[in-house]
Amino acid sequence: MELSDHLFRRESGRMLAALTRVFGVHNLALAEDVVQEAFCRAIEVWRFRGVPENPSAWLMATAKNCALDALRRERAARVFAPELDRFLQSEWTLARVVHELFEPNAIKDDLLRMMFSCCHPRLPENAQIALMLNILCGFSVNEVASAFLSTHAAIEKRITRAKKVLATSRKLFDVTASTEFSARLHAVHRAIYLLFNEGYHGASPEKAVRVELCREAMRLTALLLEHPLGKTPTTYALAALMCLGAARLSARVDASGDLSSLFVQDRSQWDQNLVVDGLKLLELSAIGSEVTEYHVEAAIASVHAIARCVEDTDWGQIVSLYDALMLIRPSPIVALNRAIAVAQNEGSARGLEEIRAIAQSERLVNYLFYHAALGEFELRSGQHEAAHEHFLAALALARNPMEHRFLEQRVEACNRGDTQRACYGTFWDEALVSFKNHLEAEEHD
Amino acid sequence: MSEFTFLFRGRGDTAGSPEQNQKHLEKWVAWFKDLGAKGYIKDPGRPLEETGKVITGKQKDVTDGPYAEAKDVVGGYMLIEAKDLQHAADLAKDCPILDVGGSIEVRPTQTLNM
Repeated sequence: MELSDHLFRRESGRMLAALTRVFGVHNLALAEDVVQEAFCRAIEVWRFRGVPENPSAWLMATAKNCALDALRRERAARVFAPELDRFLQSEWTLARVVHELFEPNAIKDDLLRMMFSCCHPRLPENAQIALMLNILCGFSVNEVASAFLSTHAAIEKRITRAKKVLATSRKLFDVTASTEFSARLHAVHRAIYLLFNEGYHGASPEKAVRVELCREAMRLTALLLEHPLGKTPTTYALAALMCLGAARLSARVDASGDLSSLFVQDRSQWDQNLVVDGLKLLELSAIGSEVTEYHVEAAIASVHAIARCVEDTDWGQIVSLYDALMLIRPSPIVALNRAIAVAQNEGSARGLEEIRAIAQSERLVNYLFYHAALGEFELRSGQHEAAHEHFLAALALARNPMEHRFLEQRVEACNRGDTQRACYGTFWDEALVSFKNHLEAEEHD
Repeated sequence: MSEFTFLFRGRGDTAGSPEQNQKHLEKWVAWFKDLGAKGYIKDPGRPLEETGKVITGKQKDVTDGPYAEAKDVVGGYMLIEAKDLQHAADLAKDCPILDVGGSIEVRPTQTLNM
């Protein structure tokens, strides 16, 4: 029996969610110890005996037994989950209650409880995401840090603080109360969306990291869709958006490891199964009257997904979808995206006009793609000197070697007086969306 | 071919992330499979629990053991068939326990001619 990829990560989230339900959220550290213990035992036995037929069930059974040991050992000294403590303190009920809590359906709910608990209103969004990655997705502090291109110390601090907030909530989120569920669902959508974006557009140049984060976000969305209260049109829209984006993931990095934009991607590499799934999900999201930013972004992604090439793209429709997005969530970034679509539709001169008309464009000065877009349009209009300035400004903001390399090439193109779009590979396509989040985070600070 | 005993010492540092744990385990499974496929494994042995009792002396003192430091505790054993001691030691060199601070003791099993 072979282990499926990332099985331990997945099982870590499941075990931790189940154990925290039993021990209580204030005993998260104890739950983490028990998870570690279960993994140690698995390694000790499996290395000599091979991987068992059902490794997930084996791990979960081991976690359950370790939990029973811990409950018996610690019950005099600790209070466990308040609503269960009475049953866990007595030998008459202990084994039966724990057994029920480790049923597969119970664990599904536990994962959701944990997901909603991680999106605690007192936590900033970046802490919510870090916490979800750590607890639900089994990423270590180091792995979270490398995904966010941050330091171990910074992420550790963020996660430790977040866990303290989580512990003070005493009880995990109740996923059966529909009013509270719906109220918190918005924050959960947002956190998952940011997680996906971090993978899709994040600063980390490493492809593997990006794909992992996107996959985790999609897995969490799938969990939401399994829950009767989580299965809302907005969740479908979010799922559609991610499917349609993920379909293009493998084409986003070219053979030499450079980012390749929507404009130059080899569309035959797009994952057609994901495109089909995404379009289906988009259809499911259209029930009801609510139109969220996820609906609109998924719709934009679908226009790209069904176009055979850039020229074939319905840019007029994309412009009007950006108009809709401006109504729902107006920001300079969305306006910039819109300007780029306008340029595509009506030429770079119109694009420049639109960029110059962006309200609060001063908020974009630290945004690489703003300068890159200006540079690109100036260059195409034959204004080499102006283009040169803009690309230099963009270059100064490059976050990784890939972006650096790309912008250096654009600066050289200006020097050569090259107006051609030969390497018209600005990766501004949807990368813009990600920075939107950064801007909003700034606003909160 | 002669028989050798591998004694695995050290529980190893398994405090890594789930992903690292899985990678580590996968290496073990691959190493084990390779040895088995080549016919070197005579008996795959059994893992030992971490806890136990140690009985010493004429007084038959019983203590909770083992005393040894974590890195010296025997965690399992295995019987190997190899050409000679050097060959057996070479086989042990690929064992993943070495990646996590553990060690392997290779001992020729005595042949008892009775």
